[in-house]
Amino acid sequence: MSTSTTTRLMSFDEALEKFDPVMGLEVHVELNTASKMFCGCPTEFGAEPNTQVCPVCLGLPGAMPVVNEKAVESAMRIGLALNCQIAEWCRFARKNYFYPDMPKNFQTSQYDEPIAFDGWTEVEVDGETFRVDIERAHMEEDTGKSLHVGTSGRIHGADYSLVDYNRAGIPLIEIVTKPIVGTGAKAPLVAKAYVAQLRELLLGLGVSDVRMEQGSLRCDVNLSLRPVGQEAFGTRTETKNVNSLRSVERSVRYEIGRQGALLEDGGTVVQETRHWHEDTGVTTSGREKSDAEDYRYFPEPDLVPIAPSREWVEELRGSLPEPPREHRARLQAEWGFSDLEMRDTVGAGALLLVEQTIAAGASPAAARKWWLSDMARRANEQGVDLADLPVTPADVARVQALVDEGKINDKLARQVFDGVLAGEGTPDEVVAARGLAVVSDEGALSAAVDRAIEANPDVADKIRDGKVAAAGALIGAVMKEMRGQADAGRVRELIIEKLS
Amino acid sequence: MSSDLTRRTAAELADALAAGETTSVEITSAYLDRIAAVDGDVHAFLHVDAEGALAAAREADERRAAGSVRSALDGVPVAVKDVLTIKGLPTTCGSKILEGWVPPYDATVVARLREAGLPILGKTNMDEFAMGSSTEHSAYGPTHNPWDLDRIPGGSGGGSAAAVAAFEAPLAIGTDTGGSIRQPGAVTGTVGVKPTFGGVSRFGLVAMANSLDQAGPVTRTVLDSALLHEVIGGYDPQDSTSIDQPLPALVAAARQGASGDMSGVRVGVIKELGGDGYQAGVRARFDEAVQLLVEAGAEVVEVSCPSFVHALAAYYLIMPSEASSNLAKFDAMRYGLRVLPDGVENPSAEEVMRATRDAGFGDEVKRRIILGTYALSSGYYDAYYGQAQKVRTLISRDFAAAFEQADVLVSPTAPTTAFRIGEKLDDPVAMYLNDIATIPANLAGVPGISLPSGLADEDGLPAGFQILAPALADDRLYRVGAALETLLTTRWGGPLLAQAPELKEVSA
Ligand SMILES: [Zn+2]
Repeated sequence: MSTSTTTRLMSFDEALEKFDPVMGLEVHVELNTASKMFCGCPTEFGAEPNTQVCPVCLGLPGAMPVVNEKAVESAMRIGLALNCQIAEWCRFARKNYFYPDMPKNFQTSQYDEPIAFDGWTEVEVDGETFRVDIERAHMEEDTGKSLHVGTSGRIHGADYSLVDYNRAGIPLIEIVTKPIVGTGAKAPLVAKAYVAQLRELLLGLGVSDVRMEQGSLRCDVNLSLRPVGQEAFGTRTETKNVNSLRSVERSVRYEIGRQGALLEDGGTVVQETRHWHEDTGVTTSGREKSDAEDYRYFPEPDLVPIAPSREWVEELRGSLPEPPREHRARLQAEWGFSDLEMRDTVGAGALLLVEQTIAAGASPAAARKWWLSDMARRANEQGVDLADLPVTPADVARVQALVDEGKINDKLARQVFDGVLAGEGTPDEVVAARGLAVVSDEGALSAAVDRAIEANPDVADKIRDGKVAAAGALIGAVMKEMRGQADAGRVRELIIEKLS
Repeated sequence: MSSDLTRRTAAELADALAAGETTSVEITSAYLDRIAAVDGDVHAFLHVDAEGALAAAREADERRAAGSVRSALDGVPVAVKDVLTIKGLPTTCGSKILEGWVPPYDATVVARLREAGLPILGKTNMDEFAMGSSTEHSAYGPTHNPWDLDRIPGGSGGGSAAAVAAFEAPLAIGTDTGGSIRQPGAVTGTVGVKPTFGGVSRFGLVAMANSLDQAGPVTRTVLDSALLHEVIGGYDPQDSTSIDQPLPALVAAARQGASGDMSGVRVGVIKELGGDGYQAGVRARFDEAVQLLVEAGAEVVEVSCPSFVHALAAYYLIMPSEASSNLAKFDAMRYGLRVLPDGVENPSAEEVMRATRDAGFGDEVKRRIILGTYALSSGYYDAYYGQAQKVRTLISRDFAAAFEQADVLVSPTAPTTAFRIGEKLDDPVAMYLNDIATIPANLAGVPGISLPSGLADEDGLPAGFQILAPALADDRLYRVGAALETLLTTRWGGPLLAQAPELKEVSA
């Protein structure tokens, strides 16, 4: 796919001087119910293709849907956590369009009667609070997954295509915001913070695994620009499948630059769907979105309306976990983080990881240190979200425990993470396989220190003269000889002992 | 002996089995022989499963010998309209697009037939996807009316009605979206029941219009319908629209009605369903039947249902809308027909879909897909689908008001007797008018029965009498239907079907 190298971009700062961005975010969340939305098939990720299917989710003639009550409950809990109204009566509707990975050639969704509507949430960016109004959260089913075999990897030009219907019928909740205005230059960060917070909230509710890399949370970003001071919204584009926190931020930034340049040059923004390219960080034009798109919605005649009792709604409201803001305040107090430390943790999308690392036994300071420095650097180098690194909070806690036990030092710990991230196994397996344990054998250490003193007589003299700071050079020599596998603290003690 | 068996009603066969006078294998064999002998002319069946039916019959006999009987109809064979899935048997819905498809699962109705021990003789012919009133729209050729082989047997369930009328099956299952059980019943001199919407599971019924479709019995007597209805009816968790309530006592109502006593029953004659547009002979038989009910003690009143005049228009918006969406799944991707477009190298999925749908669907199906797609389009939805739903509400209100005045409502089932094959094929609106009296019940979800009222003077062909009851009061159909059946057969000196011409039997 050509990524139109001719696209002119306006610098972000310049674009923000002239234009005011308006965003709308549509997030699809796959629920983690045991069975699908309208049949009893299991929903486990990664099964052999077409093994989790039945007449209903394959859309065989005669098959009929039955609503998964657990999915309705999850949808209501999500709605309540987003401060939404819960419909007293609502229906499913058919969204009609042809696509080979959609078994019935209509998607059973909700149209003008969503289960939850008119909510809000607040996100924080750099200590500033932004309110995001929620238009609706509705229930629908996922489609199957097409695999286009051929050089292009897309449906056009593929030699053939395969379809896996295991995903067809998995319950989805689509959460749609109202237009988000007044974020200015913070727009990309607000978008990212909103999705990050939604992920936290969904995990807290326990309704989804929210693995963005597995597609269980998918984001479409609507964006338009209007000249600063203008009331009316500009023409928007919808960037589809922005499937990482990092990409949410980057795609907003990119579209602001692209649309800014376009408008500045006297052009017009085309109302269209755009594709996000993770690798190159650009969006390209997809199909034009216009009146031609007519889904011929009508109420699903095979299902009866859903009318959740108010008692049920109140029962669910009463059992909600604490809201994100309170949750964060409590954690900050428990962990003893400064405001800045907390903000950095949240901003890096590391709150949950830190929380889980602490739960796995690490101290708050250690958990924050590993995720915000070492892991953040690695994620950045690889261009992925922190949460998508193949290392778990339990791994991080275990590595810190090894450090605390004196089995490894910080330098070795980084090598342990190299191994874990390279898929070599658990931290303990990596330590064993790579032989990374710290040498604390007194005899070996003592001999190495002696050799270092002998080889650096002038440094040794300085230490003898009381310049203890010079010990660093000798420690370095010992560590070098021991290939880093020495307990640096003990080495220092030995040097001082021997030279005083 | 075997021709004697095929002439008996299902209730009589059940009694004979219970008395040990015959076996299910004898009965099933007799029907299979009859099918072999006459179905070349009638073409009621698309698929005959002799092996499966006989195996089920043997099992029924073994059960009975061991003293365990599954239902009143255990061992009595049945035919099933080809719109219901049967695991392991082809299901075509009368369409080329499903040619060769063998469903991997049983419809709930079929599962209940099996559980109750009824051997399944085969699948009966129908208009393609149940779209039609004559069975001429079957992609596999028309079914012929046993009363006159040049005439239509009604539709869409002409196969089931003709099978029962031609003594090729004692019982059959039909489906009724706008009259597809009742109108074929009327024109073949048989009995057909459309139950209350939600009274019989639709799981495994290949939908034409989900909010209107309902499976029901096709038989030769009212009691047989009640027996079959009790086998297939009742709540099914796999159909969300099925009613979670026990069925009323239908067989008991039919037995009670068979006395012919109608005292205390209020019968409402629907003013809008009669008069102009109804064949004189049909009207005459209807009026006589009403008179018989009066003589039997019924209190007859005329009721008006003014919204019924809009029923046909509303029906032809709602039904095609739902159908257009239902039929979208036939796209050559997963099952059924796949046609590659001529002269296209490496056709795309869309091109294959288009070529397949073009070749696989008949004209009537395409007509309704286009109608429905149009009616649901943005900008037209409110004017068409939305308005039609309002009419539907008005029709339900008319029914509610009428049932304040009467326990049951009555009308002729169809405006005419069976017309000649080919006569209305080029005039869809004339064809649609066949269902003018049956459609209101589908729109409102209320139950209805059609039973023979006699032969029209002008052509000597059967006419039908329709009885409608409030939702969930299906027992009233059987009470009143059985009473009228007793009164009429007494007058005729036997069942109407006894007057049907003998079909030419070819020896197997
Ligand atoms: Zn399934």
